[in-house]
Amino acid sequence: MQPVGAAVPLRVDIAEKIFRSAQGVSVTALQDLSFEVRQGEFACLLGPSGCGKTTTLRILLGLDKDFSGSFQLPEGGSNRIAAVFQEPTLLPWRTVEQNVRLALPKGLRTKNLDGLFDTLGLAGMRSLYPAELSLGLARRAALARAFATEPAVLFLDEPFASLDERTAERLRHLLLTVWSARPTTALMVTHNLREALMLSDRIIVLAQRPARVLGMFDVRLPRHYRNPQVMSDLLRSFHQKFPGVA
Amino acid sequence: MTAPDTGDRAPGAAADSQSGLATAVAPVLTVAVSLLGLCLLWGLAANAWPSRAFPGPGQVWQVLLAEAANGDLFYHLGATLGRVAAAYVIAMVVGSVIGVFLGSYRRADRFFSPWVILFLNIPALVVIVLAYIWFGLNEAAAVGAVAVNKIPNVVVTMREGARALDPGYAEMAAVYRFGPFDRIRHVLLPQLQPYLAAASRSGIALIWKIVLVVELLGRSNGVGFQIYLYFQLFDVAAILAYTLAFVAVMLVIELLLVQPVERHATRWRRRPA
Repeated sequence: MQPVGAAVPLRVDIAEKIFRSAQGVSVTALQDLSFEVRQGEFACLLGPSGCGKTTTLRILLGLDKDFSGSFQLPEGGSNRIAAVFQEPTLLPWRTVEQNVRLALPKGLRTKNLDGLFDTLGLAGMRSLYPAELSLGLARRAALARAFATEPAVLFLDEPFASLDERTAERLRHLLLTVWSARPTTALMVTHNLREALMLSDRIIVLAQRPARVLGMFDVRLPRHYRNPQVMSDLLRSFHQKFPGVA
Repeated sequence: MTAPDTGDRAPGAAADSQSGLATAVAPVLTVAVSLLGLCLLWGLAANAWPSRAFPGPGQVWQVLLAEAANGDLFYHLGATLGRVAAAYVIAMVVGSVIGVFLGSYRRADRFFSPWVILFLNIPALVVIVLAYIWFGLNEAAAVGAVAVNKIPNVVVTMREGARALDPGYAEMAAVYRFGPFDRIRHVLLPQLQPYLAAASRSGIALIWKIVLVVELLGRSNGVGFQIYLYFQLFDVAAILAYTLAFVAVMLVIELLLVQPVERHATRWRRRPA
């Protein structure tokens, strides 16, 4: 499996991000947050709710420019970024297929997406509107949109929150299947430690607000070895390294 | 559910074609009976108080046929319809652009909000008279005056629409690098559609009424001009004939143009999970 593009990592170096409320109260959301995700690596940002994970992601997505510091995105492939948001954020007035194709650059709008739709189990649902999909299916469509663009880096913001555990588990496996076919540098935000241990090569553990990096936890084991027994071992060693987290 | 679009009926009604037909015909029938009842009442009243100032439906129909036969009716209807269409397009485009702008930028909105209120409250008649004085008794002044009367209403509606925009879609479009054209067509306009529909609906009704005043004051054709002419001749039958003819035209536009367009724009709403 050839990593995509030149070996430029995702490098994040955010000095400070402050929210100012209308009443003049300011809250420091992020402080001295710096980490790196290597080329073709799947990393998870793990931290308690409200610690600033989503804020970090919004900065990396270019949606929030009011911060001090810098970051560098990987290059290669379509040189694009893709995101799977907390909500599926599909355009309700466009079909599943139109939603996916609209995210593609003009020249690639007509490309063959059969394989991707098949893998994600959406083959029969391409002409449905998002309102006709269950939440789980809508999230699959959001995954399809993200992977269809063949991004240089993929950001996922708790994409499986608000799903029941069985559906979430199936979607995690689907995500791994699609991702393994073309390993893209990926950064996923989650507060679910099991999810992070199952999916990622490396877990970046964040402290309470203001978010900064407590430490890294590398999961070097290939994913198909991570059976329940191994997972509980991983959990134990994680808790040894980071007592009191998650 | 992958069944093809079932037109104006609810998806469930398509299952049984006979009951489907009945549900489709029933509302039309109700409207026809209701209008017939009104005509009947009108005829009875005209019979009870016979007067030149209150002709019955039969008389009005005779005038309508005569005006249609000599071509006058279509000439004047066409002139009015053209002005309505032009003023409508100008008002919708200009009003939407201003409204979305004000709804998106709070500072601009605070500054220009008094202007909107001012223009909302200027009487239509004043705008028309001033337009004729400043720009002369010409077509541009007539259409422009009507548009200026309607624009503040469109601005207010579209400003609400812009305030209700979901930032999530805009952010998604930014991340996936939608072009400006795609953003307008696939992200902005579908979200504004209910507001556009509301502005259109109230717009057409308001505009055609103002167009008649414009024609009455400074044009030499159109339904408004004809009504003024027959007012001077005290010919109520002709006045009613022109009015009803134009109302009928607007009804046909509503049924054949506005409603199908709206059904198409909201097709994704009518198929719940």
